[in-house]
Amino acid sequence: MAGATLQRRLTWLQARLSRRLDETPRVKTLVLDVPGWPGHIAGQHVDVRLTAADGYQAQRSYSIASPPDDHDQLSLTVERIENGEVSSYLTDVLAEGEQLELRGPIGGYFVWSTESGGPLFLIAGGSGVCPLMAMIRQRAARGSRVPTRLLYSARSLEEIIYKKELDLLAERADGLEVFYTLTRDHPSGWRGGSRRIDGAMLAEVGFGAEQHPLCMVCGPTPLVEAVASTLVELGHAPDRVKTERFGPTGG
Amino acid sequence: MDETQLRLDGNAAAGIFRELFVREMTVARGACASCGTIAQMGAQHLYMFPLSPGAVLRCNRCQAVLMVVVHRDGRYRMGLQGLSWLEIAE
Repeated sequence: MAGATLQRRLTWLQARLSRRLDETPRVKTLVLDVPGWPGHIAGQHVDVRLTAADGYQAQRSYSIASPPDDHDQLSLTVERIENGEVSSYLTDVLAEGEQLELRGPIGGYFVWSTESGGPLFLIAGGSGVCPLMAMIRQRAARGSRVPTRLLYSARSLEEIIYKKELDLLAERADGLEVFYTLTRDHPSGWRGGSRRIDGAMLAEVGFGAEQHPLCMVCGPTPLVEAVASTLVELGHAPDRVKTERFGPTGG
Repeated sequence: MDETQLRLDGNAAAGIFRELFVREMTVARGACASCGTIAQMGAQHLYMFPLSPGAVLRCNRCQAVLMVVVHRDGRYRMGLQGLSWLEIAE
């Protein structure tokens, strides 16, 4: 994979907010025009830098949610964090047509491309679904039939990001299956999971260890730690379990 | 808060690594000088905060410190005592 990653000095690029889409009450997707974007692999992230009039700078990392094939356009999905100076600016203040600085793509470890094969078992907690969505979108764009399962934990139905798109992609029946579990509230008649991800759920939803799936886990650190160690207990090889911890919160 | 809740993956240091090494380092392998475990940098444990001046990379097996990076006053200082070797693809 290193060979596919551009080896050059990172430079800050000017990006322009093209559109901002509402995903959930707290989550927005920023569609950015980035002239000169060198291309990326699903799972990579960018650093975003904001500079105030007095020179104060704040920098955060965001996963790229769009697949690699959208030339010169990138989507970042941002969750508004309580007291998060960068996230709240991106979700509420930055106006369409305004610019921000970003650099990337960054990271060659937590990535997947259609050539990486499968089966692919994706496990997301909350906005941890973003880099996994880039993988799912790339899989769909390339017409890949790699057996893929997404297990997605959210607090409530309205907090599931990309639900409409995920449901449409799963309806294609091309080897993508999507399972949701809701940890706080679930509507009456809810047919998905209604508890935190545990060993029984991973065994029921996931591929067996004997199929050597590539497991990619992304979300808040406590969820990622619990899921990754449970997958290893279920017999999955540690080097087939890749993790991306978000920490307690972003910013 | 338990400190493990603050834990990130080495992958989150990819941006700092790129500043230091230019190359993509999260897939570079390194050996822990304490326990000998060999792993990719992206798979190690990382402690780093948005406003902190640096980052600490720890072994995902024994938790020994592998690498410390401090960024201050226009300089990066790297402590690498915890790695017995680091292997970078051409």
